[in-house]
Amino acid sequence: MGSAVDPDNKVVLVTGVSRDLGRRLARRLAADPGVDRVVGVDAIPPRDDIGDVSFVRADIRNPVIAKVIAKERVDTVVHMSVIATPGSAGGRGTMKELNVIGTMQLLAACQKSESVRHLVVKSTSTVYGASSRDPAMFTEEMQPRRQPSSGYAKDVAEIEGYVRGFARRRPDVRVTTLRLANVLGPHVTSPITSYFRLPVIPTVLGFDPRLQFVHESDLMRVLTHCVHTDVAGTFNVAGDDVLLLSQAVRRLRKPSVPLVRPAVGGVASVLKSFRMADFSPEQLGFLTFGRGIDTTRMRAELGFEPAYTTEQAFADFAVGVGNAEGAVERMVDGLAAALPETEVSRG
Amino acid sequence: MADAEVIPIGTGGRPGRGTGSARPSAASRTLASAKPAPASPRPPREEPRASDDGVRPPVTTEDRAPTAGISPAEWLAALKTGAVEVFGDDWEPQLARFLAFLRRRLTGAYAVDEYGFDQEIAEKLLLASLRPIAAKWFRIDVRGVENLPDEGGALVVSNHSGTLPVDGLMTMVTIHEHTGRFLRPLGADLVFRMPFVSSLARKGGATLACTEDAERMLAGGELVGVWPEGFKGIGKPFTERYKLQRFGRGGFVAAAVRTGVPIVPLSVVGAEEIYPLVGNVPALARLLGIPYVPITPLFPWLGPLGLVPLPSKWLMEFGEPIRTDEYDTGAADDPMLVFNVTDQVRETIQQSLYALLMQRQSVWG
Repeated sequence: MGSAVDPDNKVVLVTGVSRDLGRRLARRLAADPGVDRVVGVDAIPPRDDIGDVSFVRADIRNPVIAKVIAKERVDTVVHMSVIATPGSAGGRGTMKELNVIGTMQLLAACQKSESVRHLVVKSTSTVYGASSRDPAMFTEEMQPRRQPSSGYAKDVAEIEGYVRGFARRRPDVRVTTLRLANVLGPHVTSPITSYFRLPVIPTVLGFDPRLQFVHESDLMRVLTHCVHTDVAGTFNVAGDDVLLLSQAVRRLRKPSVPLVRPAVGGVASVLKSFRMADFSPEQLGFLTFGRGIDTTRMRAELGFEPAYTTEQAFADFAVGVGNAEGAVERMVDGLAAALPETEVSRG
Repeated sequence: MADAEVIPIGTGGRPGRGTGSARPSAASRTLASAKPAPASPRPPREEPRASDDGVRPPVTTEDRAPTAGISPAEWLAALKTGAVEVFGDDWEPQLARFLAFLRRRLTGAYAVDEYGFDQEIAEKLLLASLRPIAAKWFRIDVRGVENLPDEGGALVVSNHSGTLPVDGLMTMVTIHEHTGRFLRPLGADLVFRMPFVSSLARKGGATLACTEDAERMLAGGELVGVWPEGFKGIGKPFTERYKLQRFGRGGFVAAAVRTGVPIVPLSVVGAEEIYPLVGNVPALARLLGIPYVPITPLFPWLGPLGLVPLPSKWLMEFGEPIRTDEYDTGAADDPMLVFNVTDQVRETIQQSLYALLMQRQSVWG
C-alpha cells in the first residue's frame, strides 16, 4: 500500500469516545457527508450506541495508537480525551497520566504518521488561570498571571506546550487548538454542571465572578467546523457576554450560601467525598475571581459564530436544573398584576 | 474513681417535692387529689360590662388580636395611602416600575457588560447614594466640564489623595451628573483581591489598571478614569498635600496614544483634607498585606466615627484635553515621547492645583 493519501477520502480519528461529548462528536462526524470514516478510540468502550463509528479499543497511553493511525490511514485527529476531574479516571495520578502521557503518545504517533494532515485539540480556558490580577478579557496571546503548579490547569498547560512543539516539528500539519469556556448543556457532566446541580450553592463571600459558557451543541459545531476548515492556530471559544455568578444562581432560583474562601475549600472536600461535586483549586479560583475570554479571533479568523450566547446556554441548562418560580416572585407578580395597566407594566 | 453521685432535680412530672422518691409527700397528695379542671370547652366569657364603678374589666389576649375588626377594604385604603406617601401621587406607574425592578433583580434577568459593570446598580444605588454627599457634604464646585467629550473614548487623569479613594467616587458622581456618562475607573489589584470591595468595584464599572484593560476600554469608546499616583498619592502624609507624586510608569499615556483618545487632566482640591494622614503603622500594614494603616486625627481614636470624612470644600477642574491622535502608529512604543506626555499631563495638573488652592478661601469653604 502506498502512503499517498486520497484528498477526498477523509478519515477522522476521535479520542475519548467513551465519554458523552466525545461519543456524540464521533457520531455527528460519522453522519457528516464530508467525512468518509470515523474511528473512535478509547481505553474503555462507550456505553451508548456509537452508530457508524468504528470503535478501536486502544489506550492512547501506549504506542498501539500509532498502529491504529497507520492502519486506518487517518488524516484528521480530534483530541477530546483531556479530562478535567480525577473522579472518572480513578485518581489524580491516573488523570495526569491519561492527560499528559496520553497526549504525548498521540502526538508521537501523529508525528510518525504520513497520513495525518490536521490535528484539532480541545483545550480549555482554564489555561489562563483565575486571579485578582487578571485582565477583564484574555486574548489568545496572553499568558496566565501565575503559572499553575498542580492539577488540571497544569495538565492543560503542559498539553498545550507539547501541541506547540508538535506544530513546530510538523509544520505541514494544520494544528487547531480550541480554548473553550465552560461547556454547559442538559447532557453535560462536568465540575461546573455538578456545582450548579447542588441543591444549595456555596459561593465565596464578597466575590461575584464573571462566567462564560459554551452550549454543548456549539462545542459540536465548532469541532466539526475545525475538521473542515483550513484555518490553523489557537482560538478562544465562548458564548457572547458574561454572566455573574449571583445572576446565575438567581436564574436557577436556588438558595446560595456565601462562605469565606477557606470554608468553601472545606465544604468542597466534604462534597467531593460524597461525590456530589468536584472542586479543584483552579475551580475555587474561578469561582472567586472569574474569567473572561475574548472571542474576536474566533469570529474574524476561524469564522465561527456560536448559536447560543452565554445567557442562552445557561438558560437551556437551567431548564432541567433550576427550581420553579418562588413565592416571592409570585407575590411580586401578583402585586404587579393587581395594579392598573400602565405603560411601564406593559413595557 | 467512684461514680459521681446523681442528685435528681425536680419530681419527674409527679406531684411532690424534689426528693426523687416515687411517693409524693402528703402535702402534695392532698393538692393532687383535688379534682382536675374539666377538659370541657372554656365557658363563654361574660361580656365585659361597662362597670358602674368605673373600673375597667381585665383585657385578655383574645381582645388584643391585632387584625380583628379591620375589613379588607380598610386594609386596601391604608395600603393605598402608604403607596401615595412613598411614591407620590403618580404612585401606580412608580410602584409598577419598582416591582419590575424588583422582579428583574430577584430573577437575575439583567445584563452586565464584559467587565461586570451593572448599570442599574451603579446608577440607582451607588451614584444615587453618593450624590447627596457630593452636593451637601463636600459641596463640590466643578469647572471645565465642557472638556469632557460627549461620546467616544477619553482618558481622565487625576491627582489622587485622601487616604481612602473617596476622590474617585466623587469624580464618578460628578461626571455622571454633568455629562450623563459613566466614568470607568481603573483600580489597583488590591481592590480586586478584597472581598465585597472587588464585587462592588466591578459592578460600579471599575476594572484592573493594566494596559490590556485600559486599551480595551478606551478602544470600546468608554470614558476611563485613572489615578497614576496610585498608593503613593492616596497614602502620602498630610504634610505633603497637593504635591504630585511620580506618575507611575506612564502606561496610561501609552494606552491613550495607542488608541488615539484624548487625555483630560483633572485636578481635585479638597480631598487631601478629608482624612489628614498624620501617621502610619508599617508593621501592621505588612501583616495585613495592605499598603498602609492610616492614623488620622480622628482614626482610630474615635473608632468607626473616625471614618466620617471631614467636610472640606472641594474644587474640581477638568483641564483642556491633550490630543494623542496626531502621533504616528508606534509612538506608544517610543519611551521618550511617552515620558514627555506624562510630564506634560503631570505639570498641567500640578499647575491647576496651585491655581485652585489660591482661589479657595478656606479648607472648609
